[in-house]
Amino acid sequence: MSFMPVVLWSDALMFLLIATGSATAWYIRRREHLLLPWRRVAQNATAMVSLLVLALFLLAGLLDTLHYRAALPQSNGGGKVYSPEVLSVFDKLVEPLRLQTEKTYSAPFAVTLYAKESISDAQGNVLRDYPRLRYGGAHLADAAQRDGDVLKRALLGALGGLLAGLLVALAGRRWLARRSLPLRPLLSATLISAALLGATASLAAAYHVLGTDKVGQDVLYLSLKSIRTGLIIGTVTTLVTLPLALLLGIAAGYFRGWVDDAIQYVYTVLSSIPSVLLIAAAVLMMQVTIETHPEWFDTAASRADLRLVFLCLILGVTSWTGLCRLLRGETLKLREMEYIQAAQSFGVSSLRILTRHIVPNVMHIILIALVMDFSALVLAEAVLSYVGVGVDPSMISFGTMINAARLEMGREPMVWWALAAAFGFMLVLVLAANLFADAVRDAFDPRLNRTEGAA
Amino acid sequence: MGDILNVSGLVTQLRNGTRIVDDISFGIRAGETFALLGESGCGKSMTALSLMRLLPDGVMHAGGAAQMEGVDLFGLREREMREVRGGRMAMIFQEPGLSLNPVLTVGQQIAEALALHQGLHGTAAQPRCAELLAQVGIPDAARRVAEYPFQFSGGMKQRVMIAMALAGQPKLLIADEPTTALDVTIQAQVLQLLRDAQDGSGMAMLLITHDLGVVAENAHRVGVMYAGQIVEQASRAQLFAEPLHPYTQKLFAALPDAARRNQPLAAIPGNVPPPGGITQGCRFAPRCDRAWALCSEQAPEWTVVGEGQGVRCHLYQEPGIRIQDSGVKGEERGHPSPACGRGAGGEGGSTLNPQSPLLQVSDLHVHFPIRKGVLQRTVGQVKAVDGVSLEIPRGRTLALVGESGCGKTTLGKALLQLIPPTAGSVHFAGRELTGLAVRELRTRRAAMQMVFQDPYASLNPKMRVAEILEEGMAALNIGNDSAARQTHIDTLLDQVGLARNAKWRYPHEFSGGQRQRIAIARALAVSPQLLICDEPTSALDVSVQAQILNLLKALQRELNLSYLFITHNLAVVEYIAHEVCVMYLGRIVERGTAEEVLRSPGHPYTQALLSAVPRIDGEGRSHLHDDGLG
Repeated sequence: MSFMPVVLWSDALMFLLIATGSATAWYIRRREHLLLPWRRVAQNATAMVSLLVLALFLLAGLLDTLHYRAALPQSNGGGKVYSPEVLSVFDKLVEPLRLQTEKTYSAPFAVTLYAKESISDAQGNVLRDYPRLRYGGAHLADAAQRDGDVLKRALLGALGGLLAGLLVALAGRRWLARRSLPLRPLLSATLISAALLGATASLAAAYHVLGTDKVGQDVLYLSLKSIRTGLIIGTVTTLVTLPLALLLGIAAGYFRGWVDDAIQYVYTVLSSIPSVLLIAAAVLMMQVTIETHPEWFDTAASRADLRLVFLCLILGVTSWTGLCRLLRGETLKLREMEYIQAAQSFGVSSLRILTRHIVPNVMHIILIALVMDFSALVLAEAVLSYVGVGVDPSMISFGTMINAARLEMGREPMVWWALAAAFGFMLVLVLAANLFADAVRDAFDPRLNRTEGAA
Repeated sequence: MGDILNVSGLVTQLRNGTRIVDDISFGIRAGETFALLGESGCGKSMTALSLMRLLPDGVMHAGGAAQMEGVDLFGLREREMREVRGGRMAMIFQEPGLSLNPVLTVGQQIAEALALHQGLHGTAAQPRCAELLAQVGIPDAARRVAEYPFQFSGGMKQRVMIAMALAGQPKLLIADEPTTALDVTIQAQVLQLLRDAQDGSGMAMLLITHDLGVVAENAHRVGVMYAGQIVEQASRAQLFAEPLHPYTQKLFAALPDAARRNQPLAAIPGNVPPPGGITQGCRFAPRCDRAWALCSEQAPEWTVVGEGQGVRCHLYQEPGIRIQDSGVKGEERGHPSPACGRGAGGEGGSTLNPQSPLLQVSDLHVHFPIRKGVLQRTVGQVKAVDGVSLEIPRGRTLALVGESGCGKTTLGKALLQLIPPTAGSVHFAGRELTGLAVRELRTRRAAMQMVFQDPYASLNPKMRVAEILEEGMAALNIGNDSAARQTHIDTLLDQVGLARNAKWRYPHEFSGGQRQRIAIARALAVSPQLLICDEPTSALDVSVQAQILNLLKALQRELNLSYLFITHNLAVVEYIAHEVCVMYLGRIVERGTAEEVLRSPGHPYTQALLSAVPRIDGEGRSHLHDDGLG
């Protein structure tokens, strides 16, 4: 084998989440009353377009989650030697982006560096000028041809993307129509995103579409890599919050008495501590632990990854209180419902009442809270990394990009594109998630009046 | 005609074209009360909201006209309409607790109406507020003007609502189920108040209700609504003397009372159809036992039968033909007054049954501690049940009667040991239940089960019927394997009159009456000897209530069940109960056989309760007076 699959901790958790998600989807598909609110989501044009955007992000994130180590040409006494660098399928797909690094800053679509340097020409004269980039626009003989070339490539790429999109649309059309999904918005969104992707892909082959950063890395590549970090923070954290909030919330609401008192004291105290302080303390402690035990990790990636997983854990421990409080309140209301009392009068055990009667009836709250929390967590990661207590500095994330941009914004002339790229990508991701969350809330919220439910 | 309000051909429909109010016409004269009578979902409230032009989103006015003193209401602009609302036409709602703003004093809320419609502002409005409150019978009105809604009881809040409605001196008062949320003694007072207000001002009133008793007390003329249409219109005397439409006849026949206790009630099969459910023919045809081929093909036209009387039924379409209905009127229909001692169903002696009791409760107390302060010290007790003793023999029904808050439901739950009793003993089939450990109690659970009031809250919406029925059996290890349980479930569904394929469906697919059947089946699943029925019919329509009462009676005969029937509805008590206990403030104030208690009540509270029940005799108003029970 020319490679060795690597499963990092966060990858494993991501796979676990996907498996749970698919199992839940399969379970829901077979139950009409559970399917009903999802149908309402599917009928909502905004929700479906947001879902399409989210799916694109998710695809990038998933490809970036399949890690491996490539085999090196030399061998070690018959055994294969693998590169210490952990790559992902996504890295392989966009290899040119990853490898074509310039010397330092260059603006989007630039063919030269951003700063003047001393260049010696063929005659040995030393000039001070903007040197040409090694890769960006290197195929152009004259820098003046750039604009026309960019336009041509963009149009060609967009056309190719449009054609591919059209194929996808034609294939998906009947399927969409059969399910009476919002046809027109979804098809136009598919075409637009396909054209955009095509144009970007075709341009990225020859230019640095979003420029390069201080060490010459392509900013587009960095932004795409950041997606996985954001997704992991947004989803894996829920693995921690969910059991805590669910278990403690419904236990407090159902059993009342001292159980309720104890749980309430815990989450009141926890939410009174400034969470940034708590997170900072925990991350710094963990950092020291990791640094004193280098033997635990065989690659740098696994070290950075463990830090990411711990960050999720810490974020989870500090952010379960809100959901817990919501669930406690709902359970307090539910436990007085007559079907719970009917179950009690049958002598049904408390555990069974909790799992059969309470949990299914608070599921909508959990779902709404999870989808809404996702965007908050993605933003939290950015803030924490900016403060310096977020992910490992070697790990690419929106937060580290913004942190780096702190200095770039201060220099003259200003380097704006790294920050703008992080900002734009994060905005699109969070906006799509928020719009989707809104639609989910509308579909699941029992307080909203609906006529079809009355029959 | 001198009508204050004249509605003709009113149509209100949903966005998708489903008509929820379909071609309604009526007129109301000054000083007159027109009652819209109908079961839930028949479009009564939507008619009122259409007139106020306050329809909810997704519902719109689609035709017809409404003239208020010659002004077309649907031709007004929204700004002009605001003058009409509250000024010429006021409305009071069902739930007094929800229709007052809790953060404003009642005086401020009445003053708002005065400022808008009478031009009285600031301190000038204060005396008028107090005057209005005094007019609706609130004692010490001058002081209570400055109080907040939470300081008033439910009946008082409804009085405040009426005062607010009267503030604009409306020509027409729309009362949407004004007494449905109130206890029977309070209901009598509020109905009296509405009559007095009408007598004083000569305003017209549109009274919306599902209760024949309220109609008998307050209405001059009645429109009976069914599935969005008025099916019969008549004066009160005409309607109660000779109902024409088969639906109205059935409605009267479905009322429980003592005279019918040995026979099943004439329940109307099926349920009120959903809006738009029936597009062709008469809407009542599927439930009507006198329907013929024409009824399901052609919708009947409005037929004027006599002076001020009309009906929407094919039976009356040919002039001159008055088909007499088949024996549900006359002597049987009249509701005997308590004092007349008419010979009623003669079962049960005048003494309590000597048979050994199945359930014996003696001196049961349920107290809830009131805790205060940091250390949660107990500073007092709420005595919800305070020394109750009762016994129920096998195969008999004991009715527990009382108004809300008297502790009847708490007592039921304490019997089931869902709430631990503070003191006293519950002796069931020879075994003491109080103080049993959880495990020992579980083995006894099967013998005593409960049927709850609200069929919408008593079934878990996320479980299928089979799962709901199986839960109790699984918890109590009844039936060895799942196949045996499935057969048992089939028998249960047969017993309660549901189709066997119902077990794979979810509760939301059933109507209220069907859900109550499922709840009864769930209780029966573990073969109990005693069923505690907590107001099992109060959330149901009259025709469906009759179905459930019939079912309960049949089950009692078949399975020799005992019932503890908790209710506030005295007509139901007369129909179903053998013995009655009257409960007031946690104590039983009177007990005896149903006849003794209801014919010759001894305790003043029982007397007050009985005299407050509206009598359905159509003879006219029996003028009640406030007797300080509020």
